[in-house]
Amino acid sequence: MIEVLDSGLLSSLQDAGRQALAHFGIGRAGAADEPARCLANALVGNPADACAIEMTLRGATLRLHRDAWVALTGAPLPRARVGERPLPMWTNCHVEAGSVLELGPMRAGCRSYLAVSGGIDVAPRLGSRSTDLNAGFGAGPGRALKAGDRLPLGAPTIAPSPVRRRWSLDPRPWFDDPAPPPLRLLAGTHTGLLEPLARHALEHETFRVGADSNRVGVRLQGVPLALREALEMVSEGSVAGVMQLPPGGEPIILGVEHPVTGGYPRIAQLAAVDLPRLAQCRPGTGVRFHWIDREQARRALAERDRELDCLQRDVLRRLQEPA
Amino acid sequence: MAGVDIERLSETDWLVRLGDTVDAGLNAHVQQLATHLRASAPEGLVDIVPAYASVLLRGDAALATLPGEALPPPWRAVIDAMAVDAADTVAGREHRIPVCYGGEHGQDLAAVAGRLGLDADELVRRHTAAEYRVAMLGFAPGFTYLLGLDPALAVPRHDTPRTRVPAGSIGLAGAQTGVYPRALPGGWQLIGRTPLQLAPLDDPQRPCLLAPGDRVRFEAIGPAAFARLAAEQGDD
Repeated sequence: MIEVLDSGLLSSLQDAGRQALAHFGIGRAGAADEPARCLANALVGNPADACAIEMTLRGATLRLHRDAWVALTGAPLPRARVGERPLPMWTNCHVEAGSVLELGPMRAGCRSYLAVSGGIDVAPRLGSRSTDLNAGFGAGPGRALKAGDRLPLGAPTIAPSPVRRRWSLDPRPWFDDPAPPPLRLLAGTHTGLLEPLARHALEHETFRVGADSNRVGVRLQGVPLALREALEMVSEGSVAGVMQLPPGGEPIILGVEHPVTGGYPRIAQLAAVDLPRLAQCRPGTGVRFHWIDREQARRALAERDRELDCLQRDVLRRLQEPA
Repeated sequence: MAGVDIERLSETDWLVRLGDTVDAGLNAHVQQLATHLRASAPEGLVDIVPAYASVLLRGDAALATLPGEALPPPWRAVIDAMAVDAADTVAGREHRIPVCYGGEHGQDLAAVAGRLGLDADELVRRHTAAEYRVAMLGFAPGFTYLLGLDPALAVPRHDTPRTRVPAGSIGLAGAQTGVYPRALPGGWQLIGRTPLQLAPLDDPQRPCLLAPGDRVRFEAIGPAAFARLAAEQGDD
């Protein structure tokens, strides 16, 4: 069992999310930075769909009530500790029953993941252990975690030996990069209706991540955007990564808890390969964009998925090596 | 299938648009398409999300490798094979939903009736006379959009939404009747409330009482019946 002593800023249980329920208005939810969650699970020998703890901007403080392997991935947590020892990220650590993990603030980025060997073993709700904070339901506590929550752990499926390398999904440490590459956009349904200045602004201006950004969407402040003519839209199904333009002129890129249907113009699509980077958009920081085409997006995603697959296989191989 | 616009909305999702209006006939075609796709279950199709005039088709991760904009071929084949005029091939249940109209359960009923030049009882009579179709669910789990409203009852939504609409509220906005499954912010004109638990979210096969394509009739009940049914449901 793992006990929450302090829930940080906003922490919740997340796995790969819910499927096949969107026609009931029930969205996917799940981890906002899915590769980070998968790697955290891989590092402790969990299956990819095991439930982890997603933390936002400031990490939680937790006590383990049994011996466990833990792994931290995602945004850097430079002050993460187990008791008095530092807790490094992107590797696995053995912690003893009674240990307190104090994870501290994120130095950059927005979301980090804690996986524990055996996974967080709450009973699934509608087929998933994820929490949909916006919809107000989920597995286990079914809400953001708070101090006092006690979460069951599953039985570990593999006895990890320590992985001796530090893993990073992108060889360029983009949490540290002073000039991070722009987020990649594809044309959306209504991109062609954007005023020329708006289309230009998306490519050339820096937008600020709004303080009210959350798992529903990232709000972008900067040059207000507009269409050449007003558009009355009927509600249609929507997906994560869609960049919507509400009447105020501040675009929103939909995240994992977006409402299943929506009626705002769709002015761009975030390339799926950059959805994890959307999850790491820290409120108050700048973000830039770059238009690409479908083929470029497809290749970038395929390359990322190959890397992720390689990393996971490598981790698994190392975990199975004799100590 | 003619007159259909298909757009790739993401690496794994395609939007099939049959039109761009809120219209019961058009939505019936949407429900037919959704029913047909659900029954055919082509490979890689994970979610079928009907809306007023479109269906969003969500696929599994493997579809991201498909180049171009076109629909995955197995899905295309199912759509092309569909007979458009099969008017009764919409899978759906029938529901009779008890509603306590007006008073504390329908705070806008009197004002809406006044605006329409009707008395409240006549508004209720007309609202309960119609058979509605569930056009779609969206906005929140279990929030239900119904078509079939008597055109004489069309009113715009509030300029300023309420921060909290009670769970089970029935609202009007334009040509739509909406049902709030739980307490939510909302701008629709609230005319009544059902004591039924609309979105218990416990059965993965049927997490909500209402689903797209279902037919709905409303039945007027009094406050005492409301209280009794609410208690049976375990509600406040």
